[in-house]
Amino acid sequence: MMVAEDNGSFGRRSATSRAGFFKKLYTEYGQEIVILGAIIVLLIVVGSYNPRFLSVRNLNTIFAGNAYIAVAAIGMSMVIITGHIDVSVGALIGVLATISGTIAVSGYPVWLAWLAPVVIGAAINMVVGILVAYARIPSIVVTLGMMSILRGGLISVTGGDWISGLPKSFMISQLKPFGVPAPIYFMVALTLLAAFWMRYSAFGRSLYAMGGNAEAARATGIPIERRTMIVFMIHGAFAGLATILFATQLQIIQSTVPPNLELTVITAAVIGGVSILGGTGTVIGSTFAAILFATIGSALIFTNVSAYWLRAVIGTLILVTVLVDVMRRRNKR
Amino acid sequence: MIKILSGLHAPDSGGVIEIEGQPVSFSTTRDASRAGIATVYQELLLFPELTITENIFLGHSPRRRWGGIDWAEARSRARRLLDSLDCYALDTDTKVSTLSVAQRQRVEIAKALSHDARVLIMDEPTASLPQADVDQLMDVVKKLRAQGVAIIYVSHRMSEIFELADRVTVLRDGALIGTHAIDEVDEAKLVSMMVGRAIEQLFPKVEPNIGEVVFEAEGLNCGPLVKNVSFSLRRGEILGVAGLIGSGRTELALALFGITPATSGTIRVKGKQEVIRSPRSARDLGIAYVPEDRGLQGLVKPLPISQNISMASLDRMTTFSIIPFAEEARRALAAVKRLGVRSRGDVHQAVGELSGGNQQKVVVAKWLETQPEILILDEPTRGVDVGAKAEIHAVMGELAQKGLAIIMISSELPEVLGMSDRIMVINNGSVVETIDRADATPESVGMAMTAEQKKMDAA
Repeated sequence: MMVAEDNGSFGRRSATSRAGFFKKLYTEYGQEIVILGAIIVLLIVVGSYNPRFLSVRNLNTIFAGNAYIAVAAIGMSMVIITGHIDVSVGALIGVLATISGTIAVSGYPVWLAWLAPVVIGAAINMVVGILVAYARIPSIVVTLGMMSILRGGLISVTGGDWISGLPKSFMISQLKPFGVPAPIYFMVALTLLAAFWMRYSAFGRSLYAMGGNAEAARATGIPIERRTMIVFMIHGAFAGLATILFATQLQIIQSTVPPNLELTVITAAVIGGVSILGGTGTVIGSTFAAILFATIGSALIFTNVSAYWLRAVIGTLILVTVLVDVMRRRNKR
Repeated sequence: MIKILSGLHAPDSGGVIEIEGQPVSFSTTRDASRAGIATVYQELLLFPELTITENIFLGHSPRRRWGGIDWAEARSRARRLLDSLDCYALDTDTKVSTLSVAQRQRVEIAKALSHDARVLIMDEPTASLPQADVDQLMDVVKKLRAQGVAIIYVSHRMSEIFELADRVTVLRDGALIGTHAIDEVDEAKLVSMMVGRAIEQLFPKVEPNIGEVVFEAEGLNCGPLVKNVSFSLRRGEILGVAGLIGSGRTELALALFGITPATSGTIRVKGKQEVIRSPRSARDLGIAYVPEDRGLQGLVKPLPISQNISMASLDRMTTFSIIPFAEEARRALAAVKRLGVRSRGDVHQAVGELSGGNQQKVVVAKWLETQPEILILDEPTRGVDVGAKAEIHAVMGELAQKGLAIIMISSELPEVLGMSDRIMVINNGSVVETIDRADATPESVGMAMTAEQKKMDAA
């Protein structure tokens, strides 16, 4: 009976239910709390070893330089929560960056250069979504195909050339309102918006239901085909936003993206607590996980450990997280 | 039962299986086949992309001295086995995927016999066969019996049992009801043994309060298992749908609810002609469907009770798509109390952690939240303990009294007889008979359910 009253009204909580509140917080956001703890521990430990690690300059680099991964991971989390996967997001970001840069240097208004990747990202992923939802092709197959198309197409069209001479007004990532780099505002705002939407909207809820049991969701009257297509489109739009943050960091746009970008994005979602089997997880977790990677990467540099270890460390994290997830599910059955 | 005998499942406790006087125990199917027990399951377990020979000798092929497979020997043994089953025309190198169902079944039997089986278990071998093939199979079974193979033949078809069996054993709800020599029993006796009695005591039927017609279906068709189905349903009525597994009961429900929409025919809800294209459109017409398999189609197990209960009616609760959490929890709590769902404290527990009966109540609660006028219950008490079963039956009676029209699909004849106001019997996709409560007896419904295809065609 307590439950009905205290749900949604955090203010009226008595002291006796405070322990219950923390317990509930932990059962619902366990993974997020663990990751946040790991980030803080890492900052403290490495910071005491090398104080320059905690310099504003370095923290800005860590957070701002990787914000685009966190933003891409938001959309990826939604896709994975719905029970699908997208391995083409790295290639997509590469294509969108080139499109955006080309528009910017061709003298079109700068807002068009920002809008284009979001719209085109959604459009390309609409095709993916239609193939997955209506043609019922597994998303791994569709997105593998899409990855090859995008990669091959990009290299063929650009011939590997870089885009340079980008207008100053285009460089949104280099802005620093109130001394904080713009990408951090984007990351925080988009994460909170998406988190709120996933938790409090009927649409967000239906994504969890579809990922947990698509058949039951269908039998309950949720239009799963349309929602699947839309979630891929939203993911495409987030990839577009990530592209803006990524493409406006430097004065040039390369026709390649960091290798294995899609894996980094998927990994952020998974380590953030999004079950690879669908149905659980939050976008807050995936953003924390993206920050954790960036912190680990930087920490390795500051402790003079070869940066190549980053992949091994992240790989270990993936296996541990998925193992814990599988075990937790087994207990629930 | 069959799965224990063939070693797929181990018995939970006690019990001794003896073969030719020797007690044996199997922990794997391999143990069972070594002891001479072979099984042909209802659904055939062959590898379609392999040849007949490969299928027959999978896992125990004749070997050459160095360990390689002796294909020549395997082929000739496969040939002899097939010949012994009157399959002279089948080439041993044919891929199984090109064979008919009856031929595949023959291969399955050959595979069973290749283990030198002394006991052959056949589970509903004729369930998926056309009549001509059934007759051939009968001949094969008789031939095997003449060769000295003991056969356990599991079937619900009376005529086959009387044609083949020497003795007949009736099981019901996992318990032995009786074993008789075949000439001691007749068809009516067998049916009554299968069905059991004491129905009146189990189902205290509330006096129905039947109103006007709310739902009519006319000439519905959908795939091979819904053929020209017409019926009507009145407010406050419980219409029982009886039929064997695979008779098209569930397919009818799926068509009515728009999961696999009907391909032709008309549906009238409260006198108005409607088209049901999707579960959503069915719901908006006031139809609700509690599916046969709650794990597969009813629940999202990792989500909490409250979210499962609100799932079908969520879009009616929201404003600008935002979920009112307090309202959701309040409604869930009320539903949980009304139906007596027992959870570990609150409505935030994951549904997957509940017992079967309580899970079923959550599915029912989910659909009652949509305020339906027509409720389709598909096997509402399958896998539910006796206590919860009685509670679900009580809820059904209550709902009907309040004016809900209920369609109840059930394999349990006592449940159908005990709960229904009318019983519609489905056999092979068609309605064969609709029986009023007063005229329904286990025998009359049982006969209609098991009526042979031939009789139906003649009628």
